[in-house]
Amino acid sequence: MKYHKDIFEIIFFARGGQGAKAAAEILAQAATHEGKFVQAFPSFGPERSGAPTKTYLRLSDNEIRTHEPIVDPDVVVVLDDTLLSSQDVSNNLDKRESLIINTQMAEHAVRSQIAELGKKFEGKIYPIDASGISLSIVGQPRPNTVILGKFVQVTEAVKLESVIEEFRHIFEDKVGKEITDKNVAAIEKAYDTI
Amino acid sequence: MNKNNSTKKLALTGGAAAAEALKQIEPEVMPIYPITPQTPIIETYAKFQADGEVDTEMIKVESEHSAMSAAIGASSAGARVVTATSSQGLALMHEVLYIASGTRLPILMIISARALGAPINIHGDHSDVMGCRDSGWLQIFCENAQEVYDKTIIGMKLAEKVNLPVMVIMDGFNTSHSVENLEVLETAMVKDFVGERTAITPLLDTKNPVSYGPVALQNSYFEFKIDQEQATNDAAAEYQKIAQAYQEISGRRYGFFETYHTKDAERIMVLTGSATGTAKVVVDKLRAKGEKVGLVKIELFRPFLHQELSAILKNAQEIIVLDRAQSIGTTPPFYTEIVNSLYQIGEIKKIKSFVYGLGGRDIFQAQIEDVFMGKFKDKYIK
Repeated sequence: MKYHKDIFEIIFFARGGQGAKAAAEILAQAATHEGKFVQAFPSFGPERSGAPTKTYLRLSDNEIRTHEPIVDPDVVVVLDDTLLSSQDVSNNLDKRESLIINTQMAEHAVRSQIAELGKKFEGKIYPIDASGISLSIVGQPRPNTVILGKFVQVTEAVKLESVIEEFRHIFEDKVGKEITDKNVAAIEKAYDTI
Repeated sequence: MNKNNSTKKLALTGGAAAAEALKQIEPEVMPIYPITPQTPIIETYAKFQADGEVDTEMIKVESEHSAMSAAIGASSAGARVVTATSSQGLALMHEVLYIASGTRLPILMIISARALGAPINIHGDHSDVMGCRDSGWLQIFCENAQEVYDKTIIGMKLAEKVNLPVMVIMDGFNTSHSVENLEVLETAMVKDFVGERTAITPLLDTKNPVSYGPVALQNSYFEFKIDQEQATNDAAAEYQKIAQAYQEISGRRYGFFETYHTKDAERIMVLTGSATGTAKVVVDKLRAKGEKVGLVKIELFRPFLHQELSAILKNAQEIIVLDRAQSIGTTPPFYTEIVNSLYQIGEIKKIKSFVYGLGGRDIFQAQIEDVFMGKFKDKYIK
């Protein structure tokens, strides 16, 4: 893993119904297949469609024993840029750490919006229009799995093949081969973005 | 010890881990009341059943009270019976829990321990299971998904060995809804380990008719209850034997209490459930700084092995007890037990009592560290 910490910790910020839990579970299963230890759990607030949610993911080469919510993430993934105005997404992210966000905004615009909450974030920001990619390739604005391509590119925490394999495993029976292939193409497109 | 029997490493929620073990056990009857607050256990198992992976009669009933009543009926008839519930559902079963234990029926129930209303709250704590700690059910606590899987198998065998009902308890949400890694055994090995239920005097043995649910008045009720208490205390030895046999096939060791760096510890924390893993990390951190701290995890809570616990605690200078439930009107449940354990060996020690995690309130390593270091003055870790 890129950050050489004993446990690699990720927080997903999303809204209820946007599929952050599914995204975290795909990564958890993919990492398990690579022999890693994982932990994935939502912040157990009231689950209402549209309400802000947090989902936690830990990846490690060793057994994970702690069960506390993640307080000091290595990477934060934001699925909905409207959360920037209310959620403290950059909390405890230092300058070596990264924020991956589904947005059409440019990096500086994201940074200045974080600053509007009174936060100075000096880490890396990776904006990606995951909803746009999903809309153009799959035909629906579903950023949750598309953004995993960017996550893999930035973090190298798991292999792209593992993520795609897991996606196929979970979704092919449910949505059919054609739509699965389109989703996989969207994940690959997100992986290839600069 | 053979460690090579675990077939594969999976990533499952605690609820799905229980369902995986139940799939391998394949009980004959599972009465369920599938409504919130239910758990992923029933949801996952119902899918196995619908897909034809298991041959279990799932009886959908009209309430949790009825679920336990149906379990009692099926178990009396001689079937292997499992159910699962949580929170208010367990509270609604309360009356019939005593019928199950007093009738000596080996029902296995998987609990995702959660808060009780009012006010309404569906999140994790130990209020529901503490509410039935005097119901005559054996109670086994789990720290993580691996333990849920393992103790579901151990619990099934134990129930049928001692003819008493068993609760296998995981933390609601923290364990039931969190994805973690676990290793599972070959199904054939699980089936072989658990064996088949040989019911004593099953109700459906029409050639040897028996009567269930008798009246026992002033002349005999007392004796029945003394016998039941004896059987429950005796169950501890069987639990240990079964846990040892399970270690032989799985390589994973369980007991009455798990100890972590207790041998030379000056300060020992006692707790259970998912927070134990968090506290172990804190013990490691403090040990690295030279602090002589350790912890004890309660695994078997009913029956409670006072002598075994006091033997572990007797050399410590300070005991710190963390309860995830109150006992409103007196001291919290674990604390009360531990005072009792130490009193029985004439040890008067400094024992601190803390309550944490009510209604799903998170607990953090930093808080546990403060508790160990004596920086926490309040009785509630909020």
